[in-house]
Amino acid sequence: MEIMTNDNWLLTVGTFLPLVGVLVMLFIPKVEEQLLKTVAVITAGATLAVGILTLFRFDYGQAEKLQFFVDATWIEVIRSNYTIGLDGISLPLYFLSMVVTFLVIIYTWDNMPDAGNPKSFLILMLVLQVGMAGTFVAQDLILFFVFFEVVLLPMYFMIGVWGGEQRQYASLKFFLYTMFGSAFMLVAFLALFFQTGAESFSFMHLISAGGLISNDVQVWIFAGMFLGFAVKVPMFPFHTWLPDAHTQAPTQGSVILAAILLKLGTYGFVRIAIPMLPQGAKAWAPVIAILAVIGIIYGALGCLAQTDMKRLIAFSSVAHMGFVMLGISTLTTLGINAALFGMVAHGLITGMLFFVAGSVKHRYHTLEINRLSGMLKQMPRMGWILGFAAMASLGLPGLAGFWGEFPAILAAYSPGFGLNVTLFRTLMVIAAVGTVLAAGYLLWLYQRTAFGEPSAEFSGHAPHAVGAGVNDEHHADIHDVTPLEWVAWTPFLVAIVVFGVYPQLMFGIMDPAVSELVARLGESLNP
Amino acid sequence: MGAITPPSGWFLENAWLIALIPAIGFALIIGFGKRMPMKGSEIGIASIAASLVISVGAAVQWMQRTNFVDNAGEGYVDPVIKTWTWWQSGGVEFGLGQHIDGLAVLLLLLVAFISLLVQIFSLEYLRGDRRYTHFFAALTLFSSGMLVMVLAENMVQIILGWELMGLCSFLLIGHWWEDGANSRAALKAFFTVRVGDVGLLVGTAIVFFGAHQWAVDNMGSHGFSVQAISAWALSGEASSTVLFWGSIALFIAAIGKSGQFPLHTWLPDAMAGPTPVSSLLHSSTMVVAGVFLVARLYPLFWEGLSIGPGALNLIAIIGVITLIVAALLAFVQNDIKKVLAYSTVSQLGYMMLGLGTGAWLPAVFHIFTHAFFKCALFLCAGSVSHSGSHHSFDMKKDMGGLARKMPITAGAWIVSTLALAGIFPLSGFFSKDEIIANVGYNGYDLFMWIAFLGAFMTAAYMARATYLTFFGTARGAAAGEHHGDEHGSHDAHASHDSHASPDAHDDEHHGAHGPHESGPLILVPIVVLTFLASIAGFTNAVPFGESFEILKKYVEPRAEVVELSAARITIAGGPGQSIAALAPQAKSDTACGYAAPPEGLACLFPAVSHAPFKWSKGFLALGIVGAGLVSSWLFSVALYSRRDRRLVGLTERFAPARWGYQFLWNKYYLDHLYEKVIVRAVAYPIAAGAYWFNQKVLDRIVDTAGTSTRQAGEFVYRNIDQTLVDGAVNASGFVASEAGHALQPVQSGKVNQYGALLFGAAAVAAIVLVIINV
Repeated sequence: MEIMTNDNWLLTVGTFLPLVGVLVMLFIPKVEEQLLKTVAVITAGATLAVGILTLFRFDYGQAEKLQFFVDATWIEVIRSNYTIGLDGISLPLYFLSMVVTFLVIIYTWDNMPDAGNPKSFLILMLVLQVGMAGTFVAQDLILFFVFFEVVLLPMYFMIGVWGGEQRQYASLKFFLYTMFGSAFMLVAFLALFFQTGAESFSFMHLISAGGLISNDVQVWIFAGMFLGFAVKVPMFPFHTWLPDAHTQAPTQGSVILAAILLKLGTYGFVRIAIPMLPQGAKAWAPVIAILAVIGIIYGALGCLAQTDMKRLIAFSSVAHMGFVMLGISTLTTLGINAALFGMVAHGLITGMLFFVAGSVKHRYHTLEINRLSGMLKQMPRMGWILGFAAMASLGLPGLAGFWGEFPAILAAYSPGFGLNVTLFRTLMVIAAVGTVLAAGYLLWLYQRTAFGEPSAEFSGHAPHAVGAGVNDEHHADIHDVTPLEWVAWTPFLVAIVVFGVYPQLMFGIMDPAVSELVARLGESLNP
Repeated sequence: MGAITPPSGWFLENAWLIALIPAIGFALIIGFGKRMPMKGSEIGIASIAASLVISVGAAVQWMQRTNFVDNAGEGYVDPVIKTWTWWQSGGVEFGLGQHIDGLAVLLLLLVAFISLLVQIFSLEYLRGDRRYTHFFAALTLFSSGMLVMVLAENMVQIILGWELMGLCSFLLIGHWWEDGANSRAALKAFFTVRVGDVGLLVGTAIVFFGAHQWAVDNMGSHGFSVQAISAWALSGEASSTVLFWGSIALFIAAIGKSGQFPLHTWLPDAMAGPTPVSSLLHSSTMVVAGVFLVARLYPLFWEGLSIGPGALNLIAIIGVITLIVAALLAFVQNDIKKVLAYSTVSQLGYMMLGLGTGAWLPAVFHIFTHAFFKCALFLCAGSVSHSGSHHSFDMKKDMGGLARKMPITAGAWIVSTLALAGIFPLSGFFSKDEIIANVGYNGYDLFMWIAFLGAFMTAAYMARATYLTFFGTARGAAAGEHHGDEHGSHDAHASHDSHASPDAHDDEHHGAHGPHESGPLILVPIVVLTFLASIAGFTNAVPFGESFEILKKYVEPRAEVVELSAARITIAGGPGQSIAALAPQAKSDTACGYAAPPEGLACLFPAVSHAPFKWSKGFLALGIVGAGLVSSWLFSVALYSRRDRRLVGLTERFAPARWGYQFLWNKYYLDHLYEKVIVRAVAYPIAAGAYWFNQKVLDRIVDTAGTSTRQAGEFVYRNIDQTLVDGAVNASGFVASEAGHALQPVQSGKVNQYGALLFGAAAVAAIVLVIINV
């Protein structure tokens, strides 16, 4: 892997800039809410500005190379360095994390979760951003692991403090489950380190040395990483933390969780597990593919069983990430490209759906599908946005979701490196059936919540029956999309259309890097 | 004779604009429609009109091109192909472009023309609707979707247009979504078509990987390209398994989209949409898309399903089942639009039957003629409900005797009905007869007789509908009576009334009125369409000799062997690169589709046969149709007007009739099967089961793991940390002083201490192992 050391301050600044804001905010009293919010928005905006600069400085002609590369001594005693860099695989995700954090902080301006205390909330969010960005730039296993774990704590608190009724259970489950996976992952990292001669944790070294490990050992080490990453993705059957975490998290938490956090797992597969352990990857690919496709069908069935809108969207993540993992498991450029595209697309689309869910909850004080109806009539714009996001989510061509789904299905027809073709083709057909179920649960949700007449309960002339009185006070809350929501959401909506209409924007960046990755896999698997 | 360069022209080169303009129109309507004086409808109409102009230009230039080639003595007319790389991934190119040949030109013209008339009709029909602007936006995008697909140069573009239409059909069928029935119909349409789409995705994958390497090696093209797929399928080098499964998968997609048995159930429900939508959806877009897919990739189906050798194949079987099954259902409908809906399904069955038996041109011809008379019939039904039956579509309750009140509508309806039934010299006679003749000519005798039976049934159910609507005594709204509730709730007859939502325009029109003729904006499109339905048959009137076979000359691709050129020739201009990968060549006498072309040469279309016209069969068909019309008419008069006691209530008195009627009335119980069994099972017990598994098994494991770890921790703390380790520390003094007794407790059988030993030993062993390993 070649490197370029141009503008090597960019990534460090982009990653750690939020900490400056955190530092400032620590000295602002809790009651100065407006000031705190302003500082947070400015910080996130400045970070995003650095991100945009990164986009401009990135050399797209050499997207397969690590750019803005830094390699500084860090923890010498364990041979871990502060190695960071960015290539076509990580750039979209790195930038996405900055955009999402910025927009979520803007959304928070008017939509602070009920528990209050914006100071802590925003500080946590900025810390979270450091962890996410760091994970995508890290080029050293220990550094990666540190960032990967840094992400956990802020999210734990965001769910545990600002979450719904069962927040404590959900946050603990999220934390412990991910930790459980991480433990195996760390063991696998260490094993990989020792097996490659205990020389360096640098990705470049491990990628060139990892392939030389004997086949059996690779399979075992891969198993450890698999557990760590599969929990994070989450893949069936390690997904049960997800619906709880998503449902209980505040809107902001759900959006970030869906848009970025889940991608840490899939990114780990693409960046670490597969290139470093080619034999292990090949041995595990059928397992991953089978679990991915089970996830697609199972997640969709889970969605159909939901009565809560937010939980339904959460379950849909299991299905969508199934497509991503199916793409990865083919070990082909086409498949991994599709997976990377799917990651960003899912982040945008599901993030958007969670935003809508949050705003619906804010207005109706419920997300029970049976109680919602006629949203299009009461809030036409909100209803249209929900319909738009649902259509994108079910994979309508011309919107971003399709380009993650269809090429993944396509790639499964012809997996790489002698993987079992019959198995993958069977899985392809089942995955394609999954798209029908996706249409089913999303449109059914849409039909029940957006179409029809608004239910009496929320339409303002509810009969004053027992129990209706409480909700009667709330119908005044039901208003259409606010200007602030437009500000926070428009970039999502625009991006969904832009990437849907011109997917080359993203494929052009990813393709060279992924091609090189697969070519290197080929060197190790077909010597 | 060397390769010639046939003339192209601006319209042919820029045919991609035909699809792009309405797409831009859609965006403009969404963006600015509400602020326009005519609420965006003018943008829709202008954009479709522009498309129509370009389509006409393209058609003229295509004919010039064909004539030039013919005059030069060459056989094959190069399609005008252009492609623009949309995106690429892993060496796979996904393009957008145009593939303009006779088929594309014909359909472009048809779609743009019908769309324009439907939009003009909608100006009046939808006036005052609360979502007028949205309606025109969706209608425009709908046309654009179909045009994208018709133009498509590659499979991905076909999928794009295909799904765009799916989306728009969802929006349009559910246009009045306040009513639950409409939104359910919209969902059902989208969902059923989506089931078929699995076949589209899978089939595209199969065909892509099957054709890709061949296309790269031989044509410098790729496995999505329609042209490359055609050449590959006929090259004789394609694996027959891949061809078979590819064509089966893609045909499943066509079943869903074109409402073929057993996925036809969404079409009648789709009548919940406004009538212009029904007419557009049923004439030239959406349902034709599946037929078009088969016609477009015909070489693939030809080879994959062995149509050439006359094998019994899935397309023909599904087609023939559909044409009978749907025609039977049309007899028991009371809703005029549902009669037409089942009629469409049945006619689509004819088209599929034609394609499945090698009658490519007659099938395409039938698409062409059917579009005119079916669109006219739907618009007549709309006119009747708009001005004659107070927004009801129930023939038995609210119609009858309307011929005197609405003479123009009635006349148009009758002419279109005769065209549909196939009365000489109206268009249906030529197209349907050609399908039937070719089915027989290609050796499918049984299917030919079933198709004749279908023609009888078509005539019969249309005669029944005509009688019920326009003749006999006026009933209900047609007699001027209102249901008494009409200014209050329209939901009372929501199921029959597409205007179920209380739009403003209901009350505008219905102050004091009885049935009356509709206004010019409604009548003009109807009359134009009826006129075309009458004469369109002469575009390929086989009985009158070759000079009348215009479609054969210009639309059917020539089954010539052409030279393969591996180099892509790039021509500057246009949206991307033009491809002229093929140079005409006529030196081989290979029968395309029956034998593989020689090395370096390719076939792009199979040599389909054409049945010669026989007046004997023509008269037979006319006789059958006439018998259908007359018998059904007499039956209708007897049953509905004279209330003949032998007929009235027959379905209640006579058990077999009752069973048959029930069976049909319940639509063969297919809807029950899908909605009450399959969908219900998946949506409720199966989904609930999966969720139960999730919560009670998977999640329980996680929770149990958590809880038991906690308990284990407590156990360790209580029993090991506090008792054992602490105990050991305490005991150490004791051990030191009384070494002799030290081993006694070990042997005493105390579980704790055994456990401690085991634990200690394991710990030591683990450390040793770690050290050795490293």
